[in-house]
Parts: sequence; C-alpha cells; structure tokens
Amino acid sequence: MGTVTEFRPQLKAVPSPHIPFLCIANLCKHYASGKSVLRDFSLSAAPGEFISVLGESGCGKSTLLKMIAGLSSTSTGSIRIDGRPPERARDIMSFVFQDPALLPWRTVARNVELALEFEGVPKRARAARVESVLKLVALDDVHNYRPRQLSGGMKMRVSIARALVTTPRLLLMDEPFGALDAMTRNRLNEELLALHARQKWTTLFVTHSITEAVFLSDRILLMGANPGGVLEEIAVDLPSPRTAALRSEPKFLDLVGQVSRALAAIHP
Amino acid sequence: MKIAAWRLPVMTFVALLLLWEGVVTLFDVPDYLVPSPLQIAVLIPARIGNLLGALLVTGGEALGGFLLSALVGVVIGLCFSVSSLIRRSFYPYVVLLQTIPIIAISPLILLWLGNGSLSVLFISFLISVPAVVVNTTQGLISVDSNLVNLFRMGDAGVPTMLFKLRLPNALPHIFVGLKIAAGASVVGALVGETFAGSSALGAGGLGYSAVYALSQLDTPYLFTLILTSSLLGLLFFLAVIIAERLTVGHWHESLLADHAD
Repeated sequence: MGTVTEFRPQLKAVPSPHIPFLCIANLCKHYASGKSVLRDFSLSAAPGEFISVLGESGCGKSTLLKMIAGLSSTSTGSIRIDGRPPERARDIMSFVFQDPALLPWRTVARNVELALEFEGVPKRARAARVESVLKLVALDDVHNYRPRQLSGGMKMRVSIARALVTTPRLLLMDEPFGALDAMTRNRLNEELLALHARQKWTTLFVTHSITEAVFLSDRILLMGANPGGVLEEIAVDLPSPRTAALRSEPKFLDLVGQVSRALAAIHP
Repeated sequence: MKIAAWRLPVMTFVALLLLWEGVVTLFDVPDYLVPSPLQIAVLIPARIGNLLGALLVTGGEALGGFLLSALVGVVIGLCFSVSSLIRRSFYPYVVLLQTIPIIAISPLILLWLGNGSLSVLFISFLISVPAVVVNTTQGLISVDSNLVNLFRMGDAGVPTMLFKLRLPNALPHIFVGLKIAAGASVVGALVGETFAGSSALGAGGLGYSAVYALSQLDTPYLFTLILTSSLLGLLFFLAVIIAERLTVGHWHESLLADHAD
C-alpha cells in the first residue's frame, strides 16, 4: 500500500478583520418627554474582554446594560451580540443585578438551579452543574441554606454562581458589589478575576469605584451625563493574573490617579 | 426575666377572676345581671352538649365562609394581578365592600337566601373576603423589579412567572389576609346568626343561642356562649398560623427569629 499524498490547502486562521463579539453602534435612548438618557454610544468588544463603565449616577450606565440585555427598548442605534439582537441572544448572556435578586423561598442550590430551569436543562443534568459552580465560588458547604442565612457577600456569590452556571459568553454586571464593605468587595473582585481567567466570558461591568474598575478591567469607559455618553476611554495595561498585591503597586496607583483626574475633568 | 412573660398575664387573669367573684358575692349582684365565675364554670360541663352543638353549627358556617373567601379572594387577586385594566375597574369596589355595614344589607341576604346557615355563611364570606383580595393583589404585584428582570432574561412565560415568582412571593401577604379573614369569618357567622340564624337543624349556633339566652335572661349561659365563641375565633386564628408556619415558615423573614446576621 502506497501512501497517497494529496494537496491539502492549509486553512490558516486568517488574521481576521477583528470580528467583535459585542458590537454596539450609535445607541441612543430618549424618553417620550424628550429627555435624552444616552446619546450616540458605540462600543465593540472582543471575546473575553473585561470592560468597565465608570461614571456618576444618571449617566445612563444602568440603562445601557438593560438595553444590551433587551430589558429596555432602544430609541435608535443597534446592538449585536455574536451577530444577534439582544432578544435572541439571551441564551448566551447573564445579568448580575445591583442586589443579589435571590428567591428567598429557595435554597442556595435551588436559586442557582433556576437559571438552568430557564434554559430547559433536564432535571437530572442540573444537580451536577449546580454543585460544580457552587464549588467554584466556594459555597458548596452552604448549598442548603436559605438566602436569609447568608451574609451580603455570600448572597452576591450565589448571584454570580447563578449567572455563571449557564456558561454565558457575555456577562452584564450592574454595580454588583456596590452595597458591600470594602474588604468583601476586594475579595470578590479577586475571585471574579480568577473565574474570568478560567472561563473567559466577555464582561461589561458598571461601577462607581475607580479602584475596582482599574483592578478588574482591560478597558475603562468614562461616561458623562446629560445626555449620557462615553467621554474618554482608558486602556488598563496591567499584567495578569492580577492579585491583591497589585493594589499597592505604583503602576496600579498611577492608573487610579489617571482615571481620577480624567473623571474630575469630566465632572468638574 | 423570661418566665414573667407568660406568668404575668396568667396572674392578672386569676386576680381578675378573684376580684370578680368577690365583688359579685360581696354586693350580692343578681346572676341575670352578672353571674359569678364559679357559676359559669359549673355551667360549662352541665350544658356541654348544647355548647358543642352550637359550636359545630357556627364553626361550620364560619369555616364555610372562610374557605369560600380564601378561594374567591385568591382567584380575584390573581385576576387583579394579571390585568391592570381589571384591577383599576374593580379594586375600588372591593375596598368599598369593606366599608358597607353588613348589618345594613343583611335583610336583603335574608330575602334572597332565606333563614338559616346558607345566609349566615354568605354573610361570613362577605365580611372576610375583602382582606384576602386586597392582600393577595398586593403580594402578587409587589415583586422586586430585579427579580422580574431576572425572569424576563430567562424568557419566562406568564405561567412560569406566576408559579415560580409571583405566587410564592405573594404567600406571606396572602397569609396576612387569611389571618384577618379567619377572625372576620367567625365574627360574620356570629353576627349573621343573630338575625338569620335558626334552629332548623336541631341546634342553633352560638350567635342564635346568645340571642335566645338573652331573651330568657339566661345570663350565665350567655357567658358560656361568649367563652365558646372566643375559643372558636382563637381556633381559626391558630389554624391559619400553623398553616403559615408550615408553608412559608422556613423562609419568610418575619417568622425567622433565629437568623444568622
């Protein structure tokens, strides 16, 4: 038997014209009263990118997230998530709200399971996935607790576990750690980054905290109000993996200073 | 002092009974005006058959009125929560129903449903249903907006939204309504019996017997009827409390005393 050599054209990964995973173009939102909440917002995000949106209250950050999630209508402009409009991309995105938004009558495990029920995952297949994600956020020993029995930080971890159990490709987070104390917040930041390093979903993270934004993000969008829009974009060029020690490094502190000054210039 | 919490009221109760007994004996108050506690206590075992019979009749009517108001109240609440058009059209009348003195419309009920337990049951129902409707509606529509958004993100349909979110969320509110209704249904049955009650079934209810005892100036028996009526109200209330503990006791905040903070 001889070997047949044939010509196989090698299909190389084309250095693609950079197809963005999340593509938002000229997004506007105004109410019937004529009040404009968001004007001409555009953004394209590569798969796995962690982008923070920073700005004062009322600059349309939350509205922006709700529009991307398809929970709020858009006035003009377009949103494409992996090429799909928001309403048809819900199977690949998860939302983490300002509060943990847990069902008080369900246990921790059953709260996480809810996301799988929405996806129509058969009952048998759910338990294993719930347990593995709870292990990921270090909550496997409290899976039978009710939300009432958990601290604020633990509740938020349940909320994040519920968002991650469906292995989303886009995670929308609306000031998830805003109500937590500084130490819990820092720890959850570190945990979130560790999880992100493993699963590499794309994140849009709304926050008020400059240090949080610098610590987590690849890019920070600074938004202004009346009407809301991106006024400046700052790339965060910090090494990864990022750990707690990073917060005291000069490079980190420099960036925090830079973002603070930029914000101060926007909101004098 | 922890023991004092239950001892104190018991002690005041005993003291009041002694005072009562003492005053009645000392001033020789006629028993058709105020019977002595001892007299009443002796009368209970003597007329236990009559009392239990009356308790069963009134208890049956009140239970019927209560169950009907629970069922109808929750169904109306569901309708109100589904459509704001229905809610805005009819809600004011439910509130208005609470303000109508049932005594005023009771002759009409008597005219339509006749003398007897059916009328009494209906009066009991009318008095207790508004509380169930109002609280059920409130519970069904006051769901945290983030939870609603969570379910919308999951593309949850109306049935999923109802059974996995709105209804469980409303349960504590529904129980508030049921607790009010439990007390009201007993009151409704007693009041109803005073003008629509009859002894057609062999025994009159507690309210009917009370009117009769009054006409005979049988005040000691009237007192035992009052006691039995109070017991009935208490039983209804306890039954709802137990049902509440079994249903939402394991998660609802107001029922969790020993929570971790």
